[in-house]
Amino acid sequence: MIRPRTGVRAALAAALVAVTVGLAAPPARAVGANEALPDPALEARARELFKELRCLVCQNQSIDDSDAELARDLRILVRERLLAGDSNEEIIRFLTSRYGDFVLLKPPLKASTVALWTAPFALLLIGGAVVVLRLRARRTAREARPLDAQERARLRALLDDDGDDGGKGAGA
Amino acid sequence: MRRLLFILPAAALVLLSAIFIILLSRPRDPGEIPSPFIGKPVPAFRLPALDGDGEVSDVDLKGRVSVFNVFASWCLPCKIEHPILMRMAREGKVRVVGLNYKDKPADAKKWLAELGNPYARIAADEKGRVAIDFGVYGVPETFIIDATGIIRYKHIGPIHPGEYAEKIVPVIERLLREERP
Repeated sequence: MIRPRTGVRAALAAALVAVTVGLAAPPARAVGANEALPDPALEARARELFKELRCLVCQNQSIDDSDAELARDLRILVRERLLAGDSNEEIIRFLTSRYGDFVLLKPPLKASTVALWTAPFALLLIGGAVVVLRLRARRTAREARPLDAQERARLRALLDDDGDDGGKGAGA
Repeated sequence: MRRLLFILPAAALVLLSAIFIILLSRPRDPGEIPSPFIGKPVPAFRLPALDGDGEVSDVDLKGRVSVFNVFASWCLPCKIEHPILMRMAREGKVRVVGLNYKDKPADAKKWLAELGNPYARIAADEKGRVAIDFGVYGVPETFIIDATGIIRYKHIGPIHPGEYAEKIVPVIERLLREERP
């Protein structure tokens, strides 16, 4: 293992700390400071849930990203339910019973969504199979096959024609 | 084999085109989210009445075919559909109940005084919590509820006169027939 010298190592560590801190700092978001829960563990769960929930007004943003009034109301609601001791599943059920699966950014695996979930993998398999089969076919096509009697006779005639006897018997 | 190699992609193309044409030509607004409430009873709620006269609850949506309309004075599209609601109230076939969404009561009253009040009862949902219980994500939204209190239809956005005739009236007529067989 290569160990950097102490000075370099310290610089690297400092850089790493700077990057980590930079990444850990929450990105600018639409939540007012007064909305956050005092318990950091609960607040972390709230943020996880927000990212999974669709803002129904803007439809392509999560309620974590959205500035819409309804997104704010839903954030408050999720935080309230977390404070009341609800599990994540209970909160998701609470929202899907009102807004349907559409409120989830990730569609759940169900009988009606089987095609949605399996189609990409099925297509990848089919595509992979086609590629493998074609490559194999091409390779066998290019592989040398022994000359038949007619070809051998022709080759011999050509070699004989040369007058030089060096290639005699080198057929096939 | 060679012919199959040609026919298969061509067939797939034709099939996909057909699916796209059918789905794209259907008049559907992708912004409209199907409501999980269709066929379900109205959620229980209890809110103060806008006029200060007691409370409005889910009981007010039962026993008669009802139209439950979510509106606000700050909502411009609500003004567009307002004449339709006035017409429903005038014809008197259904009970029209309002949910005043995130509105100042004074503003709502002024709005109704100006445009007319089609609502038999109005629940004041200042925090918008009851609207969330109904899966509302924008105003206006309109629910049609049968006499037993089951939500049978939901309209998202303002009801335009054409939509009223084509979508709302048939549902109301059907529910009225169900009520009096």
